[in-house]
Amino acid sequence: MGSLAAGEDGVSAVDAAWPALLWGPVGIGAADWWRLFLHFTALSLVAIGGAITTVSEMQRLVVAQEGWLTPVQFNGCIAIGQAMPGPNVLFVAAIGYSVGGLAGVAATMAGSLLPSALLAVGAGRFGERYRHARGVRAFTAGLAPLTIGLLLATGAVLLQPNAGSPVAWLLVAGTLWLMLRTKRNPMWALGAGALAGALGWV
Amino acid sequence: MPEGARAAPASPAALFLAFNRLAMMGFGGVLPVAQRELVERLGWLTREQFLELLSLSQVLPGPNVVNLGLIYGDRCFGWRGALAASSGMLLLPLLLVVAATMAALSLGEVPAVGGALRGMGVVAAGLVLATAIRLAPGLRSNPLGRAGAFAFVAATVAAIAVLRWPLPLVVLALGAPGIAWAAWRLGKTA
Repeated sequence: MGSLAAGEDGVSAVDAAWPALLWGPVGIGAADWWRLFLHFTALSLVAIGGAITTVSEMQRLVVAQEGWLTPVQFNGCIAIGQAMPGPNVLFVAAIGYSVGGLAGVAATMAGSLLPSALLAVGAGRFGERYRHARGVRAFTAGLAPLTIGLLLATGAVLLQPNAGSPVAWLLVAGTLWLMLRTKRNPMWALGAGALAGALGWV
Repeated sequence: MPEGARAAPASPAALFLAFNRLAMMGFGGVLPVAQRELVERLGWLTREQFLELLSLSQVLPGPNVVNLGLIYGDRCFGWRGALAASSGMLLLPLLLVVAATMAALSLGEVPAVGGALRGMGVVAAGLVLATAIRLAPGLRSNPLGRAGAFAFVAATVAAIAVLRWPLPLVVLALGAPGIAWAAWRLGKTA
């Protein structure tokens, strides 16, 4: 970020750094900010199984349609969300910051969380009251296969930019082994992926 | 306050601290830590109550573990509890993610950093696939039947990854018949 270099270049660099921090390196304007917010708001209400299930749709706006980020930059945002502690939904903050600085973070975080949070509290109260009703049980059961299908499709979409690399397939196989056959922390897989990538193998 | 639990949070502040702690311990997924903390260490929920909250959180849109915190917090202290649990889980990790993204952007020109992020992105794909595989056995007891449920899984993958349908269309085209079919099957067996 420009702010890191501000000390060397004096006042003018500081002046240039603040808008970049607030609005991002791309420098999106108010209209783009609003589009980002609305897109993430709409996805919030269909993100059954978590925000990660809507990654393909986020990619469609941010990468394919607007070109704000490259596919590799976009995947890097997902990786940062997974590598840091906390709920994985925070990858949307990494996307928000990369696209539109702190304003972008506000757009993607508020968009992703507010609608689903209101619905969750409402449904929590409703579900407590009508826990055994057939409609509530049918809703849960009918959407369960969709949740799993969305996760599998998300994995496939994330793999696509590196599908030609044999090392990428090895990393995926190793990650599956670590997660399904051992009790080790996923940090080990992320560390191995970071190392293989830094060495230029992926 | 849930019945049968060993203990309960004393205040929204206690909720905030507990959810902050479990979020900060969760690398690559908070759910396993949440179970250990809320059920085993703190005793705020029984295992059955946790499962019930989780299945509700999973079918609702939005991040599962955040939904779980919101619903649990709301049951303890109303909207103040929901706010305490969710902000406890999100605030500090959010600062870390923004700081990490700033660092990654300023170092993104360095080939090794770009490569490392690319490698971690591949692993992220593997983590998502592993989550799907771990959840899949839950479909065995689905009222759609094992074959019916897995047909819906396959149709969803094809619609998103191959046909590239937008997600709202997929939810409408596959979710609605899934719910209707499940309601019909539940009615038949009842």
